[in-house]
Amino acid sequence: MSTTAAPVPIAVQAAPRSRMARLGDVPIIPCTILGIIAFTAVFADFLAPHDPQFGNLTARFHPPAWQAGGSMEHIFGTDHLGRDVLSRLIFGARVSLVVGFTAVIVAGVIGTTLGIISGYLGRWADQVIMRVTDTWLALPALTFAIFLAAIVGPSEMNIVIILGAVYWTRYARIVRGEVLSLKEREFVRLAIVAGASKWTIMRRHILPNVINSSIVLATLMLGVVIVTEASLSFLGVGVPPPKPAWGVMLSDGKQGLMVGYWWLTVMPGTCIMLMVLSANLLGDWLRVKLDPQLRQL
Amino acid sequence: MSSSTRNSVNSDTMTSHSQGAPLLELRNLSTHYVSAAGTRVVRAVEDVSLTLHARETLGIVGESGSGKSTLALTMLRVLPPAAQIVSGQMLFEGEDLVQKSEEDMRKVRGKRIAMILQDPMASLNPLFTIGDQVGEPLREHEGASRKTAWEKAIQLLKSVRIPSSETRVTQYPHEMSGGMRQRIVGAIAISCEPRLLIADEPTTSLDLTIQAQYLNLLRDLQQEHGLGLIFITHNLGIVAKMCNLLAVMYAGKVVESGPVSRVFNTPAHPYTEALLSSIPRMTEQRQRLTAIDGQPPDLSNLPRGCAFAARCPRVFARCMVEEPPIFTPSPGQTARCWLAAPNTAHASSPQVSVGAL
Amino acid sequence: MPVLEADGVSKHFQTRRGIFGASRGVVRAVDDISFSVDEGQTLGVVGESGCGKTTTAKLVLGLEEPSGGSIRFQGKDLVGLDTVERRHYRKSVQAVFQDPYASLNPRMRVRDIISEPLVTNENLPATTVRDRVLEMLDLVGLPARSADLFPHEFSGGQRQRIAIARALSLSPRLIVLDEPVSALDVSIRAQILNLLTDLQDRLGVSYLFIAHDLAAVAHMSHTIIVMYLGKIVESGEARALARTPKHPYTEALFSASLPSHPDEKREEIILPGEVPSPLNPPSGCYFHPRCPHAMPRCGQEAPVLRDVEGRRVACHLFDGPGSM
Repeated sequence: MSTTAAPVPIAVQAAPRSRMARLGDVPIIPCTILGIIAFTAVFADFLAPHDPQFGNLTARFHPPAWQAGGSMEHIFGTDHLGRDVLSRLIFGARVSLVVGFTAVIVAGVIGTTLGIISGYLGRWADQVIMRVTDTWLALPALTFAIFLAAIVGPSEMNIVIILGAVYWTRYARIVRGEVLSLKEREFVRLAIVAGASKWTIMRRHILPNVINSSIVLATLMLGVVIVTEASLSFLGVGVPPPKPAWGVMLSDGKQGLMVGYWWLTVMPGTCIMLMVLSANLLGDWLRVKLDPQLRQL
Repeated sequence: MSSSTRNSVNSDTMTSHSQGAPLLELRNLSTHYVSAAGTRVVRAVEDVSLTLHARETLGIVGESGSGKSTLALTMLRVLPPAAQIVSGQMLFEGEDLVQKSEEDMRKVRGKRIAMILQDPMASLNPLFTIGDQVGEPLREHEGASRKTAWEKAIQLLKSVRIPSSETRVTQYPHEMSGGMRQRIVGAIAISCEPRLLIADEPTTSLDLTIQAQYLNLLRDLQQEHGLGLIFITHNLGIVAKMCNLLAVMYAGKVVESGPVSRVFNTPAHPYTEALLSSIPRMTEQRQRLTAIDGQPPDLSNLPRGCAFAARCPRVFARCMVEEPPIFTPSPGQTARCWLAAPNTAHASSPQVSVGAL
Repeated sequence: MPVLEADGVSKHFQTRRGIFGASRGVVRAVDDISFSVDEGQTLGVVGESGCGKTTTAKLVLGLEEPSGGSIRFQGKDLVGLDTVERRHYRKSVQAVFQDPYASLNPRMRVRDIISEPLVTNENLPATTVRDRVLEMLDLVGLPARSADLFPHEFSGGQRQRIAIARALSLSPRLIVLDEPVSALDVSIRAQILNLLTDLQDRLGVSYLFIAHDLAAVAHMSHTIIVMYLGKIVESGEARALARTPKHPYTEALFSASLPSHPDEKREEIILPGEVPSPLNPPSGCYFHPRCPHAMPRCGQEAPVLRDVEGRRVACHLFDGPGSM
C-alpha cells in the first residue's frame, strides 16, 4: 500500500460550490433599493401617474400630499411648470441608471483593456498609457467633463461617452497594478513556456483574473458617475431638458428652496443619495466577497 | 561589566542539574479553534504532554495541519482570539502558565521564554535601528536606560558573531542579509537571559551554509547559557542534527515521543516510520521512497478511532474504532498506537480481530 | 546525442541607475557554464542564493536569451531558430515550478490547464485533446473527474501533479523542474519524487532538476553540477559527488546539508561570512574569501574546470603536480 508500482489514483473530494453561489449574506437593503430603482426605471411607463415632461400650468408648486394644499393627485407635489414630481422621479431613474450603467461599462472596458496592455506589455506601451492616465487624472473630473460637454454639446449619448472618457483612468491604474503582480505568477510563465502569444496570454490568463477587480470598481464607480451626471445636469450641461434627470430637477428646484418649496430639491436629492449609497455599499460588499476568494486562489 | 554578570548567573544555573525538576512540562494540553458561529471546532492541539529539562533540545516534528505551530503559540499564550486553551497545564519552572494573567504572561515572554520565528524580515521592524530592536526587551523587562541597552546590544551582537557590531547597531534591517537578520533575532531572544528558547522553523528561509552557521550558533548559545531549546519543524534533518528528544505530531496529537536515537532506530508509530523512510538518503541507490498515501485529516471533523488509520500501512480493525491511548514501548519512548500495546505481537498482516487484544 | 547542451553560456544583466539609464554595473548571473543532459537522464543543479540556477532554468526554457555562448537542443542552437523550429523547441521543453498555488491559473479548469500547451501548439480535434487530458491525468495518478474541477479544490501535492500532467501533455523531451517539491509536505514529497522517477522510466523524459535539498537532488539525479556565483565549481556523477566531493565549496555544502540520522557523523565545515554579492564578486576564484584551503594564487587567478578522476572541478588544489 505504501510503495506502488503505478501511481495510485488519489481520491479527490468535490469541493463545495463556489462562494458566489451561496447568497446567504447579501446586503439586503442596498440590493432592495437598487432593485426598486431598476424596476422603476424599466417599468416607468406603467408606474408614473402623469407625463413627466408636460405639466399643467394651473397646478404649479403644489406641495406633497401630506402637506396642506397637497393632494393625492400629485403625491410628491409639482414643480414650476406643473409637472408631477413623482413621475419625473420615476422617469429620472431611467436616465440615471442608463447613463450610470452605460458610462461605467464604457469606462470599464476602456480602462481594463488599457490597464492590461499597459501592465503586461510594459516598456513604451506602459509609459505612454500611464502618462496619459496621469495627465487625465490631474484634471478635475467634473471640470473636464464640463469642458468636453461644452465642446460636443449635451445629449444623453454624449454624456455617456464623456463620463466613460473621464473615468476610465481609475480602472487602468488599478488593473495595471494587478497585472504587474499577476505577470510574475508562475502560471503566466508556464503559459509562455507552452508557447502562447502575448495576446493569448492577456486574454486567457490575465483578463479573467482581473475582471473581479473591474467589477468591484464598476460598482463603486456607479455612485461617482451618477453624482457627476447629476452635477452636469445641475450645471445645465448634462442631459438636456425636458428629459427628466435628477440633477436637472435639483437645478430647477434650487430657486424654490428660498420660498419654501422644499420638495423640489429634497425628493431628487434623496433619490440620488439612496442610489449612490446603495451602489457604494454593494460595491464594498462585493469587494470583500470577491477578494478573499482571490487571495485563496 | 555585563558579561561578568552573565557569567555568574550562568555558573549558578550550571550547578542545577539538567535532570531533576523539568524546565517545561506540558500536561494534557488542548487548544481548540472555535468558529465565530460556534459551529466548527478545530482541535488543533489535543491532549499533548511533553517534558523538557534545561540544556535539553526537543524537536517537535509535524507536517501542515499537525498542530505544531498552534502548540508554539500556545506555549507563549499568543493565540489568536478564535483559539482557546481548553484544558491541561503548562508548567514552566513549576508555575502553570495557563493560569497566569495576561499581565504576568507579559513578564514571561521575552524574559523567561523567548521565541524565534521563521521569517527574519517579518520579525524585525524596518523602521527602527538594530540597536533599538535588540535593546527593546532589556528596556522593557529590566528597565535598562537607553544607553545601557544600547551598549548591551553591541555585546549581544558580538555574542551572535556579527562582525563590526558597533557599526551594525546603527543600521537598519534591510541593510542586512537573511542570515544576519536571523542572528539578530537570536540576539533579541537571548537578551534577557531566558531559560527556554522556542525556535519555530528558524532556518527554513536560509541558505544551506548559512543554516549550518546558524544551527552551530544556537548550539553554542545553548551551551553557554544553559538554555532549554525547542525546535518546531517539519524537517527531520534538523532534529537528527540538533535534538536529543523528539515528539512527532499528527492531527493535533503527539503520536510518538522519545530520545532521538531510539525513535530514529526503532520508531514505534507507523507514521514516524513512514516519515523516516520517505526522506531521500544521499548516498543510496536510486530507489523508491516510501510514500504515505492520502491526505491529513480535517481537524474539525476527525474520524472515529485513530486519526492516522486511513493512511496507515499496518492498520487493523481496532484502529478504526477505538482511539489508542499512550503506550510506553520502551523506557522514555511513548507512542499512541495499538501496535505499541504490551503483549501485542507487531502484526505484519492487517487482519487482527478485536478480540485478540 | 545529448538532449540539451550548454556551451560556455553566460547571462549578464545591466543594472540601471539614474533617469537616463546609465549603466552602473553588470551582474554576471551565469558566467561561462557548460553542461549537457542526456536522454532519459536527470541533471541536478545545486547552489545557494545568487548562484545562477534560476537564471540557468530560464535560459534553458527560452525565457531569457544568453549574452554569450550557445544552448543546443538536439544539436540545434537555440538562438538561430526560425519560427517553426522555435515552436518545436517550445513543445519539447516544458517546466514545473515550485509553488503549486501559483503555477495554475485559478480561473481555469484543470482540463484547460493541462491542454493549454496542446491547444496552443497543435490544431487537434476536441476529442483528441480530451483523450489526451484523461491520459495525462491517469499518468500522474489523478482521477478522471479532476478535469472538470478548479485548482483550489486540490491540495498542494495534487496541484503539483496537475502541473506535471500539463508539462507532459506535449510529450516533451526535457522538463525543467525548479524546486518541484520544496513547497510540499515531507510525506507528499516522496509521492511526487516517486512519480517523477516513474515517469522518467516509462517515458524516457530528461529532467533538469533544481533544488536546495541536496539529498533529493542526489537521489533523483544521474549527474550533478554545483554552482557558485554564476560559475560551475564542480560537476560529476551524482552519487560519487555526494559521497566524495572534491571542491571545498561542495564539501562545505554537503557537510551543511542535514543528516538523515542522528548517528550520521560528518565533518562539520562551517564557512565564514556571507555569499558575496553578484554585483561585486571577489577577484580570482570567487570562493577564495571563504575557502578553508585558500592559497595566495586563488585570489589572483580564476581556476578552470579540469577533469579530475572522472569529475570536473574548478579549483587550484587540483591543478596538477607542482601547483599545490
